[in-house]
Amino acid sequence: MKKILTSLALLGLMVAGTAAIAAEEQNPAAPTHFPINEPKEMSWSFAGPFGTYDKAQLQRGLKVYKEVCSACHSMNLVAFRTLEGLGYSDAQIKTLAAGYTIHDGPNDAGDMFDRPGKPSDHFPAPFPNEQAAAAANGGAAPPDMSLLAKARGVERGFPRFIFDIFTQYAQGGPDYIHSLLTGYDQTPPAGMVIPEGTHYNPYFLSGVSLKMPKPLSDGQVTYDDGSPQTVDQYARDVAAFLMFAAEPHLEERKKTGFRVMVFLLLFGALVYMTKRRVWADVAH
Amino acid sequence: MSEGHSTYTPKTGIERWFDARMPLPRLVYDSFVAYPVPRNLNYMWTFGGILAIMLVSQILTGIVLAMHYTSDTNLAFDSVEKIMRDVNSGWLLRYLHSNGASFFFVAVYIHIFRGLFYGSYKAPRELLWILGCIIYLLMMATGFMGYVLPWGQMSFWGATVITGFFSAIPLVGNWIQQLLLGGFAVDDPTLNRFFALHYLLPFMIAGVVVLHIWALHVVGQSNPTGIEVKSKTDTVAFTPYATIKDAFGMIVFLFVFAYFVFYLPNYLGHPDNYTVANPLKTPAHIVPEWYFLPFYAILRAITFNIGPINSKLGGVLCMFGAIAMLFLVPWLDTSKVRSAVYRPWYKLFFWLFVADAILLGWLGSQPAEGSYVFMAQMATLFYFAFFLVVMPVLGLIETPRRLPNSITEAVLEKKKGGSGHLAGMTAAPETKG
Repeated sequence: MKKILTSLALLGLMVAGTAAIAAEEQNPAAPTHFPINEPKEMSWSFAGPFGTYDKAQLQRGLKVYKEVCSACHSMNLVAFRTLEGLGYSDAQIKTLAAGYTIHDGPNDAGDMFDRPGKPSDHFPAPFPNEQAAAAANGGAAPPDMSLLAKARGVERGFPRFIFDIFTQYAQGGPDYIHSLLTGYDQTPPAGMVIPEGTHYNPYFLSGVSLKMPKPLSDGQVTYDDGSPQTVDQYARDVAAFLMFAAEPHLEERKKTGFRVMVFLLLFGALVYMTKRRVWADVAH
Repeated sequence: MSEGHSTYTPKTGIERWFDARMPLPRLVYDSFVAYPVPRNLNYMWTFGGILAIMLVSQILTGIVLAMHYTSDTNLAFDSVEKIMRDVNSGWLLRYLHSNGASFFFVAVYIHIFRGLFYGSYKAPRELLWILGCIIYLLMMATGFMGYVLPWGQMSFWGATVITGFFSAIPLVGNWIQQLLLGGFAVDDPTLNRFFALHYLLPFMIAGVVVLHIWALHVVGQSNPTGIEVKSKTDTVAFTPYATIKDAFGMIVFLFVFAYFVFYLPNYLGHPDNYTVANPLKTPAHIVPEWYFLPFYAILRAITFNIGPINSKLGGVLCMFGAIAMLFLVPWLDTSKVRSAVYRPWYKLFFWLFVADAILLGWLGSQPAEGSYVFMAQMATLFYFAFFLVVMPVLGLIETPRRLPNSITEAVLEKKKGGSGHLAGMTAAPETKG
């Protein structure tokens, strides 16, 4: 056992040493590793083993998506009926869906037609196709938002990725989205070249700047529950909503998980006691 | 240890009827009830059973997932998301399956390292070991193809990189690559054949597992002392002794597995795989699944040409060579003593090898630039040196510690040692037998 421990200690030193060598100095004007700043870790209601979505927050997040993001970003995989998870009633979802116009068809006459949305419809995309989306946005199509909260994450690095197992850190996506949305308005370091038509953001995952201009400003979206109407609050709410959009069964997953863990713990204890009993008279 | 003849006596009429026609109950009884196992097996020996349930779990969840999956490049990604969102408990099935692959590899790595530590590959268990290596290879092929099916960015680019290896082979390389891909690039034919093979290979694994268990039941299990079973007192019956111990090991393993499935289901995956595959957009870093990372590091460590072998072919040869080493282990190890418990130097090198494998894994996840390349080269060198130098040489020059005469003696010595420090001193091994 002592050997194992020494070996593990040795291994730890080796990895720590290599990590230290690897952490080379960055020139602030011409960084080579992105993002320049790591995302800020926020506290989320859905974090941890008993995490649940804050329904009021999700509803605010949906409002931000509808009034701001959805102008450019699609959310193709999310159906209106999914919004049940935000605490809306069937009637509310019907009304919400009916507020959208869905291009459907062909009908019996062979014509395409527009009709009001139904709960089974998905959020309609702002552009008819990816090419149109790219053409309208300076050559790069804004990403679909259905899975954004799971499709973005900054590498955690050693040794944090080990601690993450025990802290159950799985909020890299929402943290990233929040940091990015609140990371505009900063002055780039002297000498840094920002390509024309892009916007400096030290939290952006794959470069010094991105095509998307600062999307949110204070007071832009009206909240009717008294929550602060600030960029920070908008960013939190929309990040939480996007986590819901990406993982609508999160609460069910964690709840089931707790039951499974308790069952395995009790069953394991019983089996262990039986095992002790069975082996009691056999030296091994 | 195979006793040669069966101790099964059919008790009821129906058992006698079966026994005279197809002695399946006898086979089950002899294999899973009366089968004698060494009494000193530790929890490292529960991983065979754990692997068996992982295989069954993967096949069961996989079959249901296949009922909802569409292997068309235009539909695959969305069909997986439909499973996650709309299929009843689909999220659970998919997370069980994707994390199950990872935990299958966790278990197989522990199982392989256990074999390397206790010398389980030595005569007469060479064939048993090689069958295990074949299962491992099949698992790698299955795991790789399974990762392609969700058709995310990492699926696509991982498939592009890995099938690209084959083009490094002289003369037939391009032909093999095109055969694998069903074309000149990863596309619809690739996805369809990968899906077909991903469904087929687990059943081939199951077939080789049967052979693996058959070979095991002929030669019997090894044990922590590495001394063969000599008398009846060295063993206990499989049921209840091994069954209950295996059951406990499985539950602990499932506990850790469930922790990931329910609380960290995407921890072992890559965020990029939640973006649909785009052949026109290369991800910043293409990384394979974690269980391939050590081999990926070895592949990329070869940055130089060796005579007529260019660096690409050299990397591919080293990568496949790294796996081929495992097949040769029974003949590379020259030691007469099986277990590392009695081999102080081998034990040290074994742990260094474990550290090296983990270091290679970490390097595989980092970009191949700067000091990482040199570290990967050193780690690769040690990887091969462990098999090609340490194993053969150590067996010849190392003085092993004194071996107990039998499993029973080892067990009783340990028990005495454990019952009190004084008792252990007076019963020093030198004064006995």
